[in-house]
Amino acid sequence: MQNTNSINRRAFLKLSGLTGAALTIGFYFPALAEESASIITAETADSLGIALNAFISIDKNGKVSILNHRSEMGQGSFQAVPQMIAEELEVSLDQVSINFAPGHQNKYGSQLTGGSSTVRGAYKHLLRTGATAREMLLEAAAKKWNVPKEECYALKGEVIHRPTNKKIGYGELVEEAAKLTPPKQVTLKERKNYTIIGKPLPRQDTPLKVNGKAEFGLDKKLPGMLYAVVERSPHFLGKIKSYDDSAVKTMPGVKHVIKVQMPVFNTTREGIAIVADNTWAAMQARKALKVEWDTTGFEHLDTTGLYNRMKEDLKKPGLSQRTGGNFEGMYAKAAKKLEAVYETPYEAHACMEPLNCVADVKDNKCEIWGPIQAPDWIQRDLADRLKMPVENIAVHMTFLGGGFGRKAFTDYTTEAALISKEIKAPVQVVWTREDDMNQGPFRPGAVYECKAGLNNGRIAAFQTKMAAQNMNHQWPHADKSNFNDSTTEGLPEAFINGIDHYSFSDIPTESPIPVMWWRSVYSSTNGFAYESFMDELAHAAEKDPLDFRRQHLREERYVALIDMLEEKTGWKSRGKNSGWGVAITECFKSIVGEAVKVSKQADGKLKIDRIVAVMDCGWYVNPDIIKAQVEGSIVMALGAATNHETHFTDGKAVEQNFHQYQMPRISDVPDIEVYIIENEEKPGGVGEPGLPPFAPALCNAIFDLTGKRIRKLPFNMNEV
Amino acid sequence: MASYKLSINGSTHAVEADPKMPLLWVLRDLLNLTGTKYGCGMAQCGACTVHLNGNAIRSCSMPVSAVGNQKITTIEGLSTDNSHAVQQAWIAEQVPQCGYCQTGQIMSAVALLKRNPNPTDRDIDMAMQGNLCRCGTYPRIRKAIHKAATLMKPPAKSF
Ligand code: FES
Ligand code: FES
Repeated sequence: MQNTNSINRRAFLKLSGLTGAALTIGFYFPALAEESASIITAETADSLGIALNAFISIDKNGKVSILNHRSEMGQGSFQAVPQMIAEELEVSLDQVSINFAPGHQNKYGSQLTGGSSTVRGAYKHLLRTGATAREMLLEAAAKKWNVPKEECYALKGEVIHRPTNKKIGYGELVEEAAKLTPPKQVTLKERKNYTIIGKPLPRQDTPLKVNGKAEFGLDKKLPGMLYAVVERSPHFLGKIKSYDDSAVKTMPGVKHVIKVQMPVFNTTREGIAIVADNTWAAMQARKALKVEWDTTGFEHLDTTGLYNRMKEDLKKPGLSQRTGGNFEGMYAKAAKKLEAVYETPYEAHACMEPLNCVADVKDNKCEIWGPIQAPDWIQRDLADRLKMPVENIAVHMTFLGGGFGRKAFTDYTTEAALISKEIKAPVQVVWTREDDMNQGPFRPGAVYECKAGLNNGRIAAFQTKMAAQNMNHQWPHADKSNFNDSTTEGLPEAFINGIDHYSFSDIPTESPIPVMWWRSVYSSTNGFAYESFMDELAHAAEKDPLDFRRQHLREERYVALIDMLEEKTGWKSRGKNSGWGVAITECFKSIVGEAVKVSKQADGKLKIDRIVAVMDCGWYVNPDIIKAQVEGSIVMALGAATNHETHFTDGKAVEQNFHQYQMPRISDVPDIEVYIIENEEKPGGVGEPGLPPFAPALCNAIFDLTGKRIRKLPFNMNEV
Repeated sequence: MASYKLSINGSTHAVEADPKMPLLWVLRDLLNLTGTKYGCGMAQCGACTVHLNGNAIRSCSMPVSAVGNQKITTIEGLSTDNSHAVQQAWIAEQVPQCGYCQTGQIMSAVALLKRNPNPTDRDIDMAMQGNLCRCGTYPRIRKAIHKAATLMKPPAKSF
């Protein structure tokens, strides 16, 4: 971490739009242990040559700038970070502006926005950074007035001397404050005294998003920039055998036709890039291209074959992730036995903003702009591939028109950089909707075999086997004897703690289809299997589904969540078989319970009447953003449960655009009620945990109403 | 290539374009009006919605040669300061998440309210069905349109 050019204070000031003297502090990690971040000023960092996480800066006008180290893809990190800083710094939110930090792992720690980790990962350091700056400003004011620091307090960007009511703005103090040594210990505010954290304050990026000014990756323009589309192999591997671009080259606006490669895990996909002076010209010219692909060694698999393979795989012994007690023994002598198989589909991410990237590679330097979830990873990857020193590579994050995991990858940025390098010009690579939808990587589909034994209405033994592609097995040199460490993801920890005899294992199904994280990752499919099975067990045990969960989730947080679900739904007063279903999952350290009510309309079709969600994400920043994220997660889950799926035939994706991949529309979505539990637990994720419980809650509701058990997603709501 | 004079947001823009080039790409690549978004290119998602003589259309599916002298309004032309009632309602209800689909949503909502100043939930669902949102902001869109309808009502006359 002793990297002298990492601090680069001038660059930070430039980025923040700050000039002149300023108090700039941030934290760094003397050791790798995350708990022990030290907070120092930029000056000290400079003199020690320490790579600083330069997070906040206050200038002479009292303007506060924050460098956000996470990308903004809709989940509100744009808002959460300033709210935390403003609270402890005692400034109002409108005094704070925020900039995205360019990719640099040394400076910011991991910047990957995934696993719902923005608030989870950094909250203590952020709070402490704000509080430290506040204490330094208090100390500077006390010195200036020659009064004891204890007589001063901070409020709305000013220090106030309590006995005399004298006031001074932060801006006038920054120069002095910057000379002080940051205190080692600071007292953080108590939750009850918060005025900004925990409040549903409007997001600062909203105004930009209602007038077209928010700059997404696709909106980025550089002087002299050309536009490219790429014809890539429709199979998930494949070299170019031959191609004929004679018709392409004569098309209007076409500048270059070149061969490119895109690394995807352990394979390389070749393609032909058509570079033109506008997007449309490139798209038109592409239609005139003729390519013959060499798919030697590629398996031409289809969906039926793939799912049959998963079902066959379930007969094999699994790679064990977790076991306790003696499942086989207990199951054999259980009073009641239950077995069920659940199937979940492959899915495209289908972000509304298709993948794209602007790259400018020249003079042994590379600059990248785009909708990016993993700037630091991209930086390292590009350094590797372009054989450039890391510091010559700048990665700029624009707004993301959705990410959901797909934009946490490096394929699209590498490809853009290689094209720019070859044509020696800045270029924007635009993925058409079809490219975005048919190239993957996809959410892996999965088949689950669940078994459980009941004794006296309680689960005595529980086992699941998951057959699914293991994302980690795709990397070059991956050790395929490793079990999937996400096999229990989504399942409440309290459930496993409360069962004596259990076994969770997986069989990594082999397939040529590239797969990766999709909002809530394996929880998105695990949740359906586990919570549907739980419902089947409750019925087998002749228990109320909510009571049955209460009986098996015997920890405080779960009990509170179940109580709230019961109250908000009016669970106890619901009629018999009135169409209510419930599910509870845990994902990225947050617990979410969802209840759904369905009914049959006059035409016999199913309709969702109510959706009630209760979220326990521990300590939180902005309740309105949490609600929005749960609403969004539910809509995405609804799509994957009832509308869309990516099929494969001949080893290629079938669905190409939204007419085939039918996402929920406004008319499919009723109002969604979201309630948040108040507690002091560690912050959990917010952007993803609302997704996994929805599909099982919906299917459990349908069972309650109709007696029909749905074990395969997606299903058609009009045909139940 | 052909020359066109387009009336966009109240001013005239001269462009040289392939007659088949969709209005979407003329706006985005030739005129740098990037508030109008590309989502599907086949009239399936509504991200590219603009107004043609006040009606919501999908600019990805309208060749520039078909525009003629009809008046185009894009999100940039709705107001200069976010003061349009629909923008205000969108801010009040905190509709956007990633925001990518929202300019198209707003243009569709404005056109709806022009036709129908008092839409019911059903009217909204019907009119807004062509605008996809992967972030799932639909419940808030419904609320915001009702709110905008209220904001747009002329103040009650006092006698
Ligand atoms: S881009 Fe025009 S409707 Fe999707
Ligand atoms: S707000 Fe992200 S797609 Fe609608």
